[in-house]
Amino acid sequence: MYVGRVSGTVVATIKNELFLGRKLLVVDRLDLATLASLSAGKPARSQPGAKYDIAVDMVQAGEGDIVLVLDEGNSARQIVDREPDGAIRAVIVGIVDEIAMAGDARADV
Amino acid sequence: MQFARVIGTLVATQKAAGLEGVKFLVVQPLDKHRQPVGEPVIAADGTAQAGPGELVFIIASREAALALPQPFVPVDHAIVGIVDQADVH
Repeated sequence: MYVGRVSGTVVATIKNELFLGRKLLVVDRLDLATLASLSAGKPARSQPGAKYDIAVDMVQAGEGDIVLVLDEGNSARQIVDREPDGAIRAVIVGIVDEIAMAGDARADV
Repeated sequence: MQFARVIGTLVATQKAAGLEGVKFLVVQPLDKHRQPVGEPVIAADGTAQAGPGELVFIIASREAALALPQPFVPVDHAIVGIVDQADVH
């Protein structure tokens, strides 16, 4: 899993039936420095050129939210109850309230 | 899943079992602002409705095969949706 920031939405009419009625969000992966600044109570910004995923939202997340993202197929299929053949991988499984990094990581900021 | 632009089609008569009837497209992976990133890849069309010029989203790895009518076939990228609108900041 990784911590990401929701930066957008995707709308599609023609799509795999698994995604019907589900919300697709663009999530930017946050790097260590950004996690450390979050930990220090500063707002997180997406880094330019950061890796991203178009992920299925299971927790009513919205743009700007810091979220917990699962990027593994078997777990994703369990969550949407579509084992063993659902074509799904990235899923938003939580909205992060707080993240606390150890002192060493924080020192990088 | 990531954004990609369909930039071509590919036909192969001789192919691995299970891939009969699967449409292959050449896609260019994009960043979230829809700018090209990395090299083009060949993706199976899980929607069966995508064509050149279209903005799509693709799924990679094992899950790609699961997007096709017959799952567990040898593919590593598949188109799973055609984007109508993307609102990304």
